[in-house]
Amino acid sequence: METVACPDCDLLQRLPELPPGGKARCPRCGQTLATEPTDPLDRTLALTLTAAIVFIVANTAPLMGLSAVGRYASTTIIGGAYQMWVQGQEVTAVIVALCAVIAPASYILFMLAVLLAVRRPPAPQWVGEMLRWAHSVQPWSMNEVMLLGILVALIKIAELATVDAGVGMYAVGGLVVLFPAIMVTFHPREVWKRVKWADGELLPPSGARQATRTQVGR
Amino acid sequence: MTATALTAAQAGLVSCETCALLSQPADAAEPGYCPRCGGELAWRRHRSIQYTWALVIAAAICYIPANVLPVLTTNALGSSDSDTIMGGVVFLYTSGSWPLALIVLIASVMVPLGKLVALSYLLITVQRGSLGSSRERTRLYRMVELVGRWSMLDVFVDTFTVALVQLQPLMSVEPGPGVLFFAAVVVLTMIAAESFDPRLVWDSGATREGRHG
Repeated sequence: METVACPDCDLLQRLPELPPGGKARCPRCGQTLATEPTDPLDRTLALTLTAAIVFIVANTAPLMGLSAVGRYASTTIIGGAYQMWVQGQEVTAVIVALCAVIAPASYILFMLAVLLAVRRPPAPQWVGEMLRWAHSVQPWSMNEVMLLGILVALIKIAELATVDAGVGMYAVGGLVVLFPAIMVTFHPREVWKRVKWADGELLPPSGARQATRTQVGR
Repeated sequence: MTATALTAAQAGLVSCETCALLSQPADAAEPGYCPRCGGELAWRRHRSIQYTWALVIAAAICYIPANVLPVLTTNALGSSDSDTIMGGVVFLYTSGSWPLALIVLIASVMVPLGKLVALSYLLITVQRGSLGSSRERTRLYRMVELVGRWSMLDVFVDTFTVALVQLQPLMSVEPGPGVLFFAAVVVLTMIAAESFDPRLVWDSGATREGRHG
């Protein structure tokens, strides 16, 4: 049994042994503390690889096209950010590029690195660092918000001209499903069990070192 | 239940925010780094209350120009027409798509305002040392974290409208200065939610003293 503190309310408690597919919740505030996967990491890896391919399509294929009075125009995701930059909204362009391209791309890359590296435990220390980065870029990756934004823009423009959805838009739709699927199937505890400790020790037997003394400095 | 409940901080243990490993810091004033993942340890997020207040106030200031200044300017055949966020909602409503108007109204007007109110409420109750309805307040915090990103909706709508409608000299759409302030509100409130430490909601005045600084 492992002792943990709830991340939301700091209540100290012991985690019971969980059956596959089981879940442990904090008795005081209800936060999920641990889940026991039925299939650790492989399913997540498959989904992340799929997301990488779909992401490339979403960013290279045109999102939507517009035809009016005999003229045709189309745009991609990065083309949208670029147009904002050209029109003098540089900061907004950077924010859009961050939420629409850079954050999702980094999340996929960091997750791929983590998932591939932990296949052969003990995984090196940088895996933990990558997982921390993946967690910090994840809230900024906004595929689902972008998809709704594109749809609203389409409907607004449809008042003025003929618009049609491109391949890129369907790919964004794919990402909207794949990202939550990656997060739901992923169990970071499985990664931490396989990573070398920062204080230089190899993998400790589970439960043997519940309360260790932290080092000061790195 | 709460009479016997013990938090990690009360037991002199600190939980890593990255990998959730519980460890006993060698020096209580300077918890140092996690022995497993190397992440920096803290009893409570660093200067959580001050940082969150600063970001909430900055976001509240940006919220005014975000709603007053135009976000889009449409130039068609010599005439030009500027729209604010609310103008966009009204346009969607009058053009017959009221469900979309409602979505944009919720995401662009109500969510940012709700986030500012919710975070201020959490900060004030934590500062006053309130202990009641901690569970509800934790739920409120989770909702702020979950819903916050959806305010970016209008920024994406404006970006893709501008990107697509560039049929010079017939018709073109330009972004207005309101977009920048609006994006700033979203980014600032998201960082504010991240810098707020939900564990403070559960700490009594006694535990918190000297531990969250």
